[in-house]
Amino acid sequence: MPKIKLSEKTISQIKEICAQFDNQEGELINVLHQVQSKLGYLPAEVQEVIAKELNMSVAKVYGVVTFYSFFTMLPQGEHPISICMGTACYVRGAEQVLSEFKRQLNIEVGETSPDGKFSLSSLRCVGACGLAPVVTVGEKVYGRVSPQQVGKIIAEYQEGCPSEAQSA
Amino acid sequence: MINLTIDKKPLVVKKGTTILEAASSIGIDIPTLCHMNLHDMNIENNPGGCRVCVVEVKGRRNLAPACCTEVAEGMEISSHSIRAINARRTVVELILSDHPADCLVCAKSGNCDLQDLAHHLGIREIHYQGEQSHYREDTSPAIIREMDKCILCRRCETMCNQVQTVGVLSTINRGFHCVVSPAFEMNLDHSSCTYCGQCVAVCPTGALTEVDETGAVIRALSDPTKTVIVQTAPAVRAALGEEFGMEAGTLVTGKMAAALRRLGFDYVFDTDFAADLTIMEEGTELLGRLNKYLAGDQEVKLPILTSCCPAWVKFFEHQFPDLKDIPSTARSPQQMFGAIAKTYFADKMKVKREDLVVVSIMPCVAKKYESSRDEFAVNGNPDVDHALTTRELAQLINLANIDFKALPNEEFDQPMGESTGASVIFGTTGGVIEAAVRTAYEVQTGKTLERLDFEELRGMEGLRKATIDFDGLPINIGIAHGLGNARKLLEEIKAGKSEFHAIEIMSCPGGCIGGGGQPYHHGDVEVLKKRQKAIYAEDKSKTIRKSHENPYIKKLYDEFLGEPLSEKAHHLLHTEYFDRS
Ligand code: SF4
Ligand code: SF4
Ligand code: SF4
Ligand code: FES
Repeated sequence: MPKIKLSEKTISQIKEICAQFDNQEGELINVLHQVQSKLGYLPAEVQEVIAKELNMSVAKVYGVVTFYSFFTMLPQGEHPISICMGTACYVRGAEQVLSEFKRQLNIEVGETSPDGKFSLSSLRCVGACGLAPVVTVGEKVYGRVSPQQVGKIIAEYQEGCPSEAQSA
Repeated sequence: MINLTIDKKPLVVKKGTTILEAASSIGIDIPTLCHMNLHDMNIENNPGGCRVCVVEVKGRRNLAPACCTEVAEGMEISSHSIRAINARRTVVELILSDHPADCLVCAKSGNCDLQDLAHHLGIREIHYQGEQSHYREDTSPAIIREMDKCILCRRCETMCNQVQTVGVLSTINRGFHCVVSPAFEMNLDHSSCTYCGQCVAVCPTGALTEVDETGAVIRALSDPTKTVIVQTAPAVRAALGEEFGMEAGTLVTGKMAAALRRLGFDYVFDTDFAADLTIMEEGTELLGRLNKYLAGDQEVKLPILTSCCPAWVKFFEHQFPDLKDIPSTARSPQQMFGAIAKTYFADKMKVKREDLVVVSIMPCVAKKYESSRDEFAVNGNPDVDHALTTRELAQLINLANIDFKALPNEEFDQPMGESTGASVIFGTTGGVIEAAVRTAYEVQTGKTLERLDFEELRGMEGLRKATIDFDGLPINIGIAHGLGNARKLLEEIKAGKSEFHAIEIMSCPGGCIGGGGQPYHHGDVEVLKKRQKAIYAEDKSKTIRKSHENPYIKKLYDEFLGEPLSEKAHHLLHTEYFDRS
């Protein structure tokens, strides 16, 4: 894992968030949630600061980060794409949708495209089973997505080069 | 009080008792796997995860896990109903379905709780087939992690987090990919692991084991160009017998010496000799600091902390690096022995350093790591070549087909085999400081001690304190075993609130008698108490019980070292500490 150096500002932001939760070990999940929404992801160095502030071991923090698929240790793309892999979405073809995203963006789950635009993750049930299979891009939700629509979705966020969308 | 029946036997127990405890109070044994309870040490692992301990409770639809279900008024429990037994078998078969069937070649074979359970439940076939989880093997200087054999009981986590407060291990990931690991899945070697080995000591399977050095020792023993000598730590003699079916607490000092001779070691020496040497150096250092302090020196660092335990040393190097000039600079007995063996003894025998192999038998896993530290080697040649655990020695003895119980009692060789009662008690919590007091008192006051047994320093309490009267000068002593307890004393020092002049710290609960390399106690604290008793009995049986009266130690200073803290002593017997935070 490449080492990154956190700026003083980032460190104090993290500390502030921990303080908002009274530096309570029991608030770890809330702290992680807030920090991730601020920084986009939770690299090792960030987890180390949080562990120190909440007076718990880094191993435990890492344990929680790796338990919930919501948390990520990799920087997100500008437009994070998530494909729901809950049972309903899965049986209605989420896997094919996912592999189409992988193919078109040429990245794996957990990775970010070289231009930093897109990152790909799979989610567990988002609770919108009626719309299965569900894809989210940032805050926007797409329902009943088929592999054929993948190009169009990507194109929406790729101003100026909708070539893939046309061919689809 | 609660009334209930177990297997139709009525009994009355306190509210809050678990079914498991209630059953065991009337001699009913319910099998367990993840559960571990070291009573009187306040160590309990109770995740309720494995469900091996399920029993049937009348009127309840589901079976209840006995280890974490409290009794209730009027409960009718059957501990071994067909339903309970079938459920247990299913649970064990499911665990085995994701477990490598390596028993024949597993380091834990014969001592594995899972193997034992499968045997007791008469499992002859595994009815479930599924994917098996795989994880890379992690080898460090002392411990091997083989997570494919992990059953996620989390006992190691309890030891590492609650007891030792080191916090290296945690369960990570979820579901099928769940493993116990250091943060960011780094190797143990890169973590702040102290190698105390307490996780190894409680792991029910072969997932955590010590690095096996028996092969290297056998090769050295069969090399005719090498002189191979061995040293045995104090705590080993009080536990080795257990590996051969002897009662816990049986002293096997003489048989152990005989066995080592039959294994082919050229000289059979005793780490106790070096423990006496440690007292000379550490005791002198203590008095030096104390007298400076009494003379009004404000700079002097007090309390002085013992430094015999390598896991403790690594602990403060990681966690309290700003306190690293407080511990004594004295090396541990193992390393003092190695340094003297490869200089004084090698010269005496006219053996070249490279041709002398020093093996140590230790109750400890961290001693493997200690012997590999760079500062304990000269031109890449380590002072101690191989550190074996008590368990590894037993393995060697079995391998050589030696009938241990039938061995005669033999003596150690000289000059590095002579020791005093003071050195033997190094093996138990409280022992190092008691040995130091016996010598420091006499040196400081010029008077002879009337009473050598300092009961006030003994016991099993995790944190103890006592004040010893040095002829009008009260000396405050603190004792901690288990790193969680040590942490409390260090926090006090950091806050400038420590009332002590000297503190003894051992990483393992009970001290080295409960070391990570000792025969597995399988969660029975009584075993530790018996070993402790044996240690004090050996002390009592010795004619010389004060380190400074060891004639060979006197000779070593006369012939070689000069006096305690001399330049030569500094060079060979002291060390420095590093900031590893
Ligand atoms: S050896 Fe000690 S410090 Fe290291 S992981 Fe095991 S319990 Fe924790
Ligand atoms: S490594 Fe051993 S002690 Fe730790 S959870 Fe796995 S089986 Fe249990
Ligand atoms: S207390 Fe003894 S056995 Fe345990 S780590 Fe320290 S030296 Fe080793
Ligand atoms: S021993 Fe009771 S649940 Fe594991």
